[in-house]
Amino acid sequence: MKKQLFALLFALLPISAFAAGGASVPHSMDPDLSNKESLQNGMKLYVNYCMGCHSMEHQRFARSAADIGIPQDLVEENLIFSPDLAFNDQMQIAMHGEDGESWFGVAPPDLSLMSRLRGTDYIYSYLLGFYRDPGQPLGVNNTVLEASAMPNVLEPLQGVQEMVCAETDQPVKGQSPDPLSGKYQSCDVLKVTQPGAMEPDEFEEAIYDLTNFLAYAGEPSKLQAQALAPKVLIFIFIFGVIAYFLKREYWRDVH
Amino acid sequence: MANPNKAKAESGIMRWVDDRFPATQMMQDHLTKYYAPKNFNFLYLFGVLALLVLINQILTGVWLTMSYNPSAEGAFASIEYIMRDVEWGWLIRYMHTTGASAFFVVIYMHMFRALMYGSYKAPRELVWIFGMTIYLALMAEAFMGYLLPWGQMSYWGAQVIISLFSAIPGIGPDLAQWVRGDYLISGITLNRFFALHVVALPIVILALVVLHIIALHEVGSNNPDGVDIKQKKDETGKPLDGIAFHPYYTVKDLVGIAIFLFVFCIVVFYFPEGGGYFIEKPNFEPANPLVTPDHIAPVWYFTPFYAILRAITFSLFGLDAKFLGVVFMGGAIAILFVLPWLDRSPVRSMRYKGWISKVMLALFCISFVILGVLGVLPSTEGRTLLAQACTAMYFAFFLLMPIYTRLEKTKPVPERVTG
Repeated sequence: MKKQLFALLFALLPISAFAAGGASVPHSMDPDLSNKESLQNGMKLYVNYCMGCHSMEHQRFARSAADIGIPQDLVEENLIFSPDLAFNDQMQIAMHGEDGESWFGVAPPDLSLMSRLRGTDYIYSYLLGFYRDPGQPLGVNNTVLEASAMPNVLEPLQGVQEMVCAETDQPVKGQSPDPLSGKYQSCDVLKVTQPGAMEPDEFEEAIYDLTNFLAYAGEPSKLQAQALAPKVLIFIFIFGVIAYFLKREYWRDVH
Repeated sequence: MANPNKAKAESGIMRWVDDRFPATQMMQDHLTKYYAPKNFNFLYLFGVLALLVLINQILTGVWLTMSYNPSAEGAFASIEYIMRDVEWGWLIRYMHTTGASAFFVVIYMHMFRALMYGSYKAPRELVWIFGMTIYLALMAEAFMGYLLPWGQMSYWGAQVIISLFSAIPGIGPDLAQWVRGDYLISGITLNRFFALHVVALPIVILALVVLHIIALHEVGSNNPDGVDIKQKKDETGKPLDGIAFHPYYTVKDLVGIAIFLFVFCIVVFYFPEGGGYFIEKPNFEPANPLVTPDHIAPVWYFTPFYAILRAITFSLFGLDAKFLGVVFMGGAIAILFVLPWLDRSPVRSMRYKGWISKVMLALFCISFVILGVLGVLPSTEGRTLLAQACTAMYFAFFLLMPIYTRLEKTKPVPERVTG
């Protein structure tokens, strides 16, 4: 029996593949779907800062509200801005794709599945990776997605971030660390030079919440799956044990 | 005329049925008086598991069809509708996507078992050929099913594979266009693939499974010793080393099914993307004919053959490399069909074959796995060389088989099975 289990385990062993192509993703972010407060804050940020341009066309307000625990009246009062949208509607936007294309050069993508397409590390790093760059059309650039067409809409919260020369803990290619401080010299360090409405820690937490919400929205069924899985597995286990004893009983007369 | 000797129930409703339909007779022929060797090991489980997965695919497939929209405009959104708005839709879909990969896992194990114990050898050639035809139909079924979510990888995977037809000299380009029904993959292609995936191929597969099992039950199951259990029977005509499929193997298979389902459910509930192999990441983006993904890789179960296709980088006999690759890829599958006639060994089971056969089978399996891994990676010069070596090994296993199976010294086969 053990052999069977191992053979199947090995046969199904998943190996991670298809990492997001090429881009440098400096931060890692593990979503926590059990943190309702974080998801609620994430949805608030999404609706207020992202949904001007980015739809979430496969996800409904009502589903999000039910899953992350926001009462219907609060959603209707605070999170639905368009008079055309109702609680049970999908999280659509008023902006047309063609308008987005003519304003930014590319239509802002729908974000329903972005967390599954790019991964949460990517989204988290991207949102933290904006910096002032006068050479770009919108005056900002991004360390994760070079020449990104997206304006830094979170700048009022984060403050002005610039790329400066400074000491860093991150290893720099072809450089050995300073023997005293253990730090490296780099001119690719992101630093907030004019404070925004949030402290850097506070801002990172907000981005965590926002990414967390996108992780939830990419696969809302994950909450249900995690709740159901133990019950199903326990059932199959008990079934297997009974089947095993049944088999042993029948096979007593096989010699 | 009905055979008067048919087994019939004594009385009651079963008797009424038996007078009109051979229910009791069939039950005995295929279950209660179908004698299977008593020495099956765990490799013999995978046939039953394949049947289980087939039933899973059909049932979940029927329910997916109820909510799926087979159009280029609506397909992608309808999948997300199933995932979010349909009650239990996510579970049904993940059972279907995981089931597709599980199908190939169990089928590859099932085929490996046949290679191990010579289950393809006389008198089971037709069992093997029906089985291989199922495998072929299953590949078509899986390939067409993969287009239906209409994601980037669905689209470009289909684009790459269908363009292989265009490598055929002369008729190629027209043939590819005929398969697509359009100048490029479009809603027309999606619609015809949908029809084939949910109607035509499932009928073919079910019919072939029936043929596979009827042929098997006609000649009887092989076993790890490759001994013919019908040679030694007791006075009632029951093989001494045989036990009734029901109840002995039905209860034993229940244990195996429980273990399989346990692993299967772990994947369905916790790792439905299978690390990016069961559901590939680019497929979370709707198909876009104008943007090619950075790296196109077929789903894992096709990658060994894809690697063989890419390994052929040279022209030969005036045939260009692309067409030659298609020939080799087709040949890799076609050669499996004639396997029963390539094996000239006097024994069936690997247990009694000589060391050359054992080494060749091991090398074959290793090559197949390496090709599978190479098939998902972008090709480099070194990897192409490795793929060529593995391709050579893959074919050597079959083409040299008539020589080494006759040449090597085999061990004596016992008269009865060895526990």
